[in-house]
Amino acid sequence: MSNTVIKVENLSKQYRLGQIGTGSLAHDVNRWWHKIRGNEDPYLKVGEANDRSSKGNSDYVWSLRDINFEIKQGEAVGIIGRNGAGKSTLLKILSRTTSPTAGKIGIKGRVASLLEVGTGFHPELTGRENIFLNGAILGMTKAEIKKKFDEIVDFAGVERYVDTPVKRYSSGMYVRLAFGVAAHLEPEILIVDEVLAVGDTEFQKKALGKMNQVSKGEGRTVLFVSHNMAAIKTLCTHGIVLKQGVSVFNGSQYDAVNYYQSSDSTNSFIHAPDIASAPGNDNIKILRLEAAPQEGSELTIFSGLEFQLVFFNAGVGKNLDITFEVQNQDNVIVFHSGGHISKQYDSKKGIYHLTCKLPKRFLNAGTYSLSIIFGENQRFVLYSASDIISFEVLHETSGSNSSRLPGLTFPEIEIQSDFSNE
Amino acid sequence: MSTLYKELERESGMAETGNEKEHWDMVIQPKTSMLDLQLKEVWRYRDLIMLFVKRDFVAQVKQTILGPVWHVIQPILTTLMFWVLFGRIAGIDTGVPGPMFYMSGIALWNYFSTCLTSTAGTFVTNAPIFGKVYFPRLILPISVVISNLIKLGIQLGLLLVMMAYYGITGKFVFHFNTSLLLVPIVIFILAGLSLGLGIIISSLTTKYRDFTLLLGFAVQLGMYISPIPYPLSKLAEGSQLRLLLDINPITPLAEAFRYALFGQGTFTVGTLLYSLAFMMVILFFGIIMFNKVEKSFMDTV
Repeated sequence: MSNTVIKVENLSKQYRLGQIGTGSLAHDVNRWWHKIRGNEDPYLKVGEANDRSSKGNSDYVWSLRDINFEIKQGEAVGIIGRNGAGKSTLLKILSRTTSPTAGKIGIKGRVASLLEVGTGFHPELTGRENIFLNGAILGMTKAEIKKKFDEIVDFAGVERYVDTPVKRYSSGMYVRLAFGVAAHLEPEILIVDEVLAVGDTEFQKKALGKMNQVSKGEGRTVLFVSHNMAAIKTLCTHGIVLKQGVSVFNGSQYDAVNYYQSSDSTNSFIHAPDIASAPGNDNIKILRLEAAPQEGSELTIFSGLEFQLVFFNAGVGKNLDITFEVQNQDNVIVFHSGGHISKQYDSKKGIYHLTCKLPKRFLNAGTYSLSIIFGENQRFVLYSASDIISFEVLHETSGSNSSRLPGLTFPEIEIQSDFSNE
Repeated sequence: MSTLYKELERESGMAETGNEKEHWDMVIQPKTSMLDLQLKEVWRYRDLIMLFVKRDFVAQVKQTILGPVWHVIQPILTTLMFWVLFGRIAGIDTGVPGPMFYMSGIALWNYFSTCLTSTAGTFVTNAPIFGKVYFPRLILPISVVISNLIKLGIQLGLLLVMMAYYGITGKFVFHFNTSLLLVPIVIFILAGLSLGLGIIISSLTTKYRDFTLLLGFAVQLGMYISPIPYPLSKLAEGSQLRLLLDINPITPLAEAFRYALFGQGTFTVGTLLYSLAFMMVILFFGIIMFNKVEKSFMDTV
């Protein structure tokens, strides 16, 4: 266990909601009064899990609650979670911009945190001056920055503008310069928060490459928060999933992404007991929706797939059509396709049963989400529901291939070969 | 919950006695020792102090025609106003040529008040940076005090020009001696005083903004209970106002400063030591408060 570089024990962070106004002085006095008598802080007792969507009873919430994990040297750990899950709070505590309410973190080595690019950039200063200022803010000494200066300018590609105030920079140049400084830090532990969501594609690739080099090539430890699941999968070696301030999963990056996406998505089927409570609108109500195998009991690459849909239609005498859209985990749309339900302006008010069949060996193994759009005359949207259900296509062992193969689809390919001996 | 708290206490106790199996370079905990002033860290980041000083100065004069000249226009106008108001209309006898007298006081007071007001805003104005990256927070107020030294230097340069004029034209005879050494001492104490007071106020303002408003007129009024627009000798010993000025730690500083330059001033070694002690106490408590607040101020600011 000697190469553990970050050890987090029972880490908790409590926040007070609402305006820090008239109440806080009274609470401060109350706290102080308890402290004097040797009692514990009365406000540590209260506090609820951090669930944004429901209105809580308490003014205090736990943004993080009893988090425990260890990170070893050279690991690249992705931290995943919905907005408000506590990711940023965790990074803030690790980078010491705020302190925990309870618990302890032990860290070995120098930490540099990149919660934002260009922290402390001053618009009036030139690129050169800002490199030095920003580098020093991030913890480099003047000598270190001097050594790296040319590399940074080169990485950012701003050689011509280095003596121009950064307020004259294009936003892309600004970001590249800022990331350039950060990327050339040499900390043992690098903490990165979603900064890659900036810049053009080329720059994003460059930034991801640099991070990859930092973690894999140079053996540094990287903590990375992102909503970009593809980046998490390629960059990280581990994943931690946070949900409402609690760590719910800790394992390999693939499993973490899978866990997050399956727990994050909606139901795997819809079974509405009656029309009134069914999802939909005045035009369409969805009573049942399910993704089922055509053969056998399990949905696999080879079982074929059908969407079984039961819906209530209110509009009479219309040209009704439907479109299915299937998205994979990386939010890539695999297909967006559909067809007519009624062609002759003859839709009836009532319940329709519909099956949409997809051939076997079409979708590769993976988790997908389905969106459906009901339309009229292929022009007007009657009802659309995105990510209404999710389903998983399993991999079926065929021959020697026991693991999932890459690719969106898994088509049967007809191969013809001729052989001639010269 | 009470068990969690007990555990916490045990753990922090362990960390202090060093009973841990593993060695950590850094331990992040809710509470640290009050007296851990983290001055070592400040020293490690000394390059950053100088870069902030440079930033403050460069950013202020960029895109202005007059540049650093602005730093002398304000004291000249204030001196003129004081000269007319206190010298001509009120007729206070300053003992030395009026403009020179007022200029010296204004330069000192400007240094104190700008240092105080800008360090007092440390947490609130720098919240965007502080929220994103860690460096010893004390760096910023220290850099403010240093960068204002440059402005003070410019204003003292102006004062020297005035003194040269009065000296050459023979309107005032200067007798410089070793008491000139008081000048850096006075400035040092003044810097420490404004830093200490400033960080105390900045620690308080993270939660209660009232102090910023209070500071605004406190600084204005403060000048009138310091011997800036008049010499201390003008106040009768034992009068109520004189008592107020005797308590004021800036009084000996202003008087000693003028004594060093013009050979006129009412102070003793004792009163100067009082200022020094006052400064050290304020600075010490200031740093303790500041360090306590800096760990969690992002949640309250």
